[in-house]
Amino acid sequence: MGDVAIRVRGLRRSYGDLQAVRGIDLDVERGQVFALLGPNGAGKTTTVEILEGYRARSAGEVSVLGHDPARRERSLRERIGIVLQSTGVDPYLTVRETVELYAGFYPRPRDVREVLDIVGLSEKLDARVLRLSGGQQRRLDVAIALAGDPQLLFLDEPTTGFDPGARRQAWEVVRNLASLGKTVLLTTHYMDEAQNLADRVAVMARGEIVAEGPRRRSGIGTSRTRRSGSGSPRTISRCRPSSPRPRSGPPTATSCSSPTRPGSCTRSPVGRSGRGSSSRGSR
Amino acid sequence: MRDLRLALRQVRFTNRAFWRNPAAAFFTFAFPLMFLVIFTTLFGNADVRVPGTDPVLVVRQSTYYVPAMASFAVITASYTNIAVSVCFQRDAGILKRIRGTPLPGWAYLLGRAMHAVVVSLILVAITAAFGAAFYGTDLPGGAALGRFAVTLLVGSASFAALGLAVTAIVPNADAGPPIVNATILPILFLSDIFVPVGTDPPAWVDVVGKVFPVRHFAEAMQSGFLGTRFDASDLLVALAWGAAGLALAARSFVWEPRR
Repeated sequence: MGDVAIRVRGLRRSYGDLQAVRGIDLDVERGQVFALLGPNGAGKTTTVEILEGYRARSAGEVSVLGHDPARRERSLRERIGIVLQSTGVDPYLTVRETVELYAGFYPRPRDVREVLDIVGLSEKLDARVLRLSGGQQRRLDVAIALAGDPQLLFLDEPTTGFDPGARRQAWEVVRNLASLGKTVLLTTHYMDEAQNLADRVAVMARGEIVAEGPRRRSGIGTSRTRRSGSGSPRTISRCRPSSPRPRSGPPTATSCSSPTRPGSCTRSPVGRSGRGSSSRGSR
Repeated sequence: MRDLRLALRQVRFTNRAFWRNPAAAFFTFAFPLMFLVIFTTLFGNADVRVPGTDPVLVVRQSTYYVPAMASFAVITASYTNIAVSVCFQRDAGILKRIRGTPLPGWAYLLGRAMHAVVVSLILVAITAAFGAAFYGTDLPGGAALGRFAVTLLVGSASFAALGLAVTAIVPNADAGPPIVNATILPILFLSDIFVPVGTDPPAWVDVVGKVFPVRHFAEAMQSGFLGTRFDASDLLVALAWGAAGLALAARSFVWEPRR
């Protein structure tokens, strides 16, 4: 189990007739930053919540740091840190007290000041949480997740709703986490976020992983750079499988033979406006 | 045990947050006193026959209301306030976040319940002091003080467990106060808390009083202040309800907001 932090095979989750996750495979190596990229409704949050132990799965095998998260073992919770999509902390405690509170749940917590340094909240040490801006609260969320010195961090949509400045600061935090050797699994619907942060990106849509590969400087499967202001649909390139999906047998992770060859991919607009620019390519 | 220490630690943090919301803290403590003054003002200094006593004990209204309002304060702090605040914390995502940490769920809830017990103790002390100062109420002493303390602990703990259990039927935080109040207010009225039930109540009112823990708790509290007979079975009824609340919460407590 040495190299693999997360291993998923054939994960499925249905709610009655609705199939939120339709058989996906994932491999996340230790020390890697892995981005699950896709539009809202793709099944990213459902997948991550299954990995975090909040949701049961309908089928498939999941191993997170060697544990099955469905068993909700305490020893697993001691080694992971979770940043949920929505925030929620007691507004009347200070930043320091909040991190201290959560640090105390773990057997080998990190020093509180150090944690706040990593997320860039050092000057807010003794500020009440209700005085923090939205971006600062999100960084507090990361601090809380980091307080127990986890090996693996889950970040669900870490910068949704951020202005570009706050976004860049948040990215800095994630880079800090990576440089600490943490394994990070983040979900996002921002292509540039995946491009900037992740070692490896899997694109998810409608419950399936439609593309996966290492981050490329020119972006996943596109040769065109497009700037869009807020309000226009974000374009995500999607790959059609080179062969029809097999009806029997385990589903495969990559349904694209070559995700980064422009000619093999089609593009379709995904109907959600994003914030900030959607320029692809390295900055 | 490490988790028990974590639960106690949780009491400290909950307490810190509680006092830093001064408006909420103030009105938590002013509430029973406010009611005490209102009731004694409204009903004057008339005499009241204490229900359930034989031979009938007659005291002044104010004397009657001190233990009644103390009981009301305990129930508000332990049952109502826990239920409402947990529903808000649930909708805010705080409970979900806690659930992702190594802290066991029961340790967190135990911490909340213990904090409610502490608040109840302070409330009763304040109400009793107020009653002694302004209405000449007798305070429990000697052996009665010991029984009174046990009553207080058993009562507040049991109502706290029930408060945690009832959150399972509350769909969202906005519905919390109306639903929780709907569960407790009618019972309070029928259990001699706000108005001592008249000399000839319908039989079903008596049944309500016997079945639910409120009147039992109120009568146990009363015996500390009024010197009426202390009946240990009152505490057993409260304890039984508390245990049921605990079992229900263990099975059905909801940690995540309902979409």
